[in-house]
Amino acid sequence: MLERTSSIENELDIIAARRCAKEIAKELGFSTVDQVRIATAISELARNVVLYAKNGSIAIRVLCEGGRKGLEILVADNGPGIPNVELAMTDGYSTSGGLGAGLPGAKRLMDTFRIDSKLGQGTTIVARKWKA
Amino acid sequence: MHQQVPILKIDDFWIASVQGSLHDQDVIEFKEALLNKIMQPKSRGLIIDLTVLDVVDSFVTKTLIDIRGLAGLMGVPVVIAGMSPAVAITLVEMGLNLEGVDTALNLQKGLDKLRNAGKER
Ligand SMILES: Nc1ncnc2c1ncn2[C@@H]1O[C@H](COP(=O)(O)OP(=O)(O)OP(=O)(O)O)[C@@H](O)[C@H]1O
Ligand SMILES: [Mg+2]
Repeated sequence: MLERTSSIENELDIIAARRCAKEIAKELGFSTVDQVRIATAISELARNVVLYAKNGSIAIRVLCEGGRKGLEILVADNGPGIPNVELAMTDGYSTSGGLGAGLPGAKRLMDTFRIDSKLGQGTTIVARKWKA
Repeated sequence: MHQQVPILKIDDFWIASVQGSLHDQDVIEFKEALLNKIMQPKSRGLIIDLTVLDVVDSFVTKTLIDIRGLAGLMGVPVVIAGMSPAVAITLVEMGLNLEGVDTALNLQKGLDKLRNAGKER
């Protein structure tokens, strides 16, 4: 098992994706807190896909680099894109009446976080967590 | 896969134990069910037990803050019980604070807290 991809279209997919990631993280020997961090980050990113782009996909990849193990999340959608990524990454910024904690929060929960968004084309986020 | 959260009454306290993962629609229904309960007379408090909830994200947090705000308007104190340390750590790192929401280690401690709060008044 090196990679799992699932499509994200509705609320049930959000739960399935985070459960799957949590299981993989556990198998890799991530701590309980790290498992929750990863599952929560996925919950935020997957909810954004459903909410703003209607549908997309999440791939979870196992990383092995220089003896270190890690987990990569790749979330992609072909939705409207984010007009101002810097603004969207700001705590408290929301266009939907949310807490505006999803993107900045997910970034803090993971070790690396890269976001690419093109207006009218979609958004791709790659985030990694390494085993301590 | 529809999750109903049972809402029980012990003395004049409402107790809701979340049973597993809730999807968004469940969370919204849960909130409405809770508000319907605590609107009833003789509601002295509400405990939401999250012991078995493994992920609390910004959506769930917002709902908890909303519930506590609306309950506050009705004069009903709310205690969140049983949040696991891992979930609590994650929430703090996300920058989410359950501002104004009272917490307790477990259901019993939450009940004690509400009973004592009642006495002080
Ligand atoms: N995949 C996406 N496609 C298009 N826009 C997005 C996407 N993800 C986020 N956004 C935009 O970025 C904003 C910030 O996202 P973020 O997840 O931080 O907060 P939120 O979803 O508004 O609220 P919360 O996640 O706290 O419930 C959103 O309000 C939305 O405008
Ligand atoms: Mg969000």
